[in-house]
Amino acid sequence: MNRYSRQKKLHQIGDAGQEKLKNARVLVIGAGGLGCAVLPYLASAGIGTLGIIDGDKVEETNLHRQVLYTERSLKAFKVEEARDRLEAMNSSVEIEIYREFLNDRNAYEIISAYDLVVDATDSISIRYLINDACVIAGKAFVYASVFKFEGQVSVFNYRNGPTYRCLFGGKGQAVQNCEEAGVMGTTVGLIGMLQANEVIKIITGTGEPLSGKLLVYDTLKNNQHIFSFKKNKQLKIDEEFFRDHYQKEDLPEITPAEALKSKHILVDVRELHEMPQIELNNLVRLPLSELEENIHLLNKKDEIRLFCQSGIRSLKALKILKNKGFQNLKSIRGGAREISKILNDEKEEEYIH
Amino acid sequence: MKKLKQVQLDDNQKKENMINIKYFGAIAEVTNCSSENIKKSSSSLNDIIQEIYSKYDLKHIPLKFALNQKIIETTEGIDVNINDEIAVLPPFAGG
Repeated sequence: MNRYSRQKKLHQIGDAGQEKLKNARVLVIGAGGLGCAVLPYLASAGIGTLGIIDGDKVEETNLHRQVLYTERSLKAFKVEEARDRLEAMNSSVEIEIYREFLNDRNAYEIISAYDLVVDATDSISIRYLINDACVIAGKAFVYASVFKFEGQVSVFNYRNGPTYRCLFGGKGQAVQNCEEAGVMGTTVGLIGMLQANEVIKIITGTGEPLSGKLLVYDTLKNNQHIFSFKKNKQLKIDEEFFRDHYQKEDLPEITPAEALKSKHILVDVRELHEMPQIELNNLVRLPLSELEENIHLLNKKDEIRLFCQSGIRSLKALKILKNKGFQNLKSIRGGAREISKILNDEKEEEYIH
Repeated sequence: MKKLKQVQLDDNQKKENMINIKYFGAIAEVTNCSSENIKKSSSSLNDIIQEIYSKYDLKHIPLKFALNQKIIETTEGIDVNINDEIAVLPPFAGG
């Protein structure tokens, strides 16, 4: 077969490398901007099996950067459109699609079925899930993410190397995605290409993967910086951790301390006169009595933490929002009293991080 | 001639007391620059980062710091030397 002759000519690839590509099973999580850059190059290079998971449908605002899709793809499932395009590009590649989002129930099972994972999502909370499931399943994952004209790329859990948690620690939610921040197709294209390149390097054993290294690329200045980081040996991600951590996600309540640690949107559903008054940058006041008429002030994509005085009305508010299609909701146990206690304790302490 | 020398000396002195800070992603938007030299006001990395935090009010953004291209787990107890480079790195979310 002549198809791969040019890349096989590279002695780092050769027949042996091509065989490795053919035998590889790669899962691409997210068929958006990064996914659309990664997928056609992996398919063209002759990766044997490509899994694609994404529950989204193609929207008009995707087309400027998600170049696998055409105007005729609008309203169709991304994974199905992507599969059709990729099969037309290289019919020898097996494409396995999952018309759903990765979640705590399907993550381990799906990830286990592949050799290598590509994180092409736009959500930090899903990134932690990918990280933890990959650690337990013993799979490396190639990470990339974009902010405006900049991109980050790294390879996590490569041969038991450092993971995303070693790099960024606990959850950091106050970060904008493409929808909120804006993005150019060329930026996700470039960063996705670096990601696809890491995949090919890892499978063929060529060069040095970005394990323990964070590459930050500024497309406006064409600056590249590489920062090294180490494995955090105190972190222990095992099945027990996974179970505890992600089963907890199913409970409607969290502790005030947990809620304050993260930078999720806090919604105070008490009436405006109720004491103690709580002031925080990430706090919104929406009294329960007016919640339904003000629901447009909240974004369904945000992680929302509700509280009232003691924790009863906030559970009611949670139900109302859930019925309106909100998913990322928690009620803060103990409500305003507990929260203000913690805040008063913290007031004295000026600390970093 | 004498005057020129004096100016050069001042510049050198200035440089000798500087550290370079690099900002990435959303942080560069807040600081309105991707890199700046600041006076080394303390030899403690913690103090310097505290200074950056209060200068730009960065408290609400989760950050990681790198000293001379090495990401550090904690800013406590680390010394900064002249001409060191500190990078301020936020996580990215877009894709």
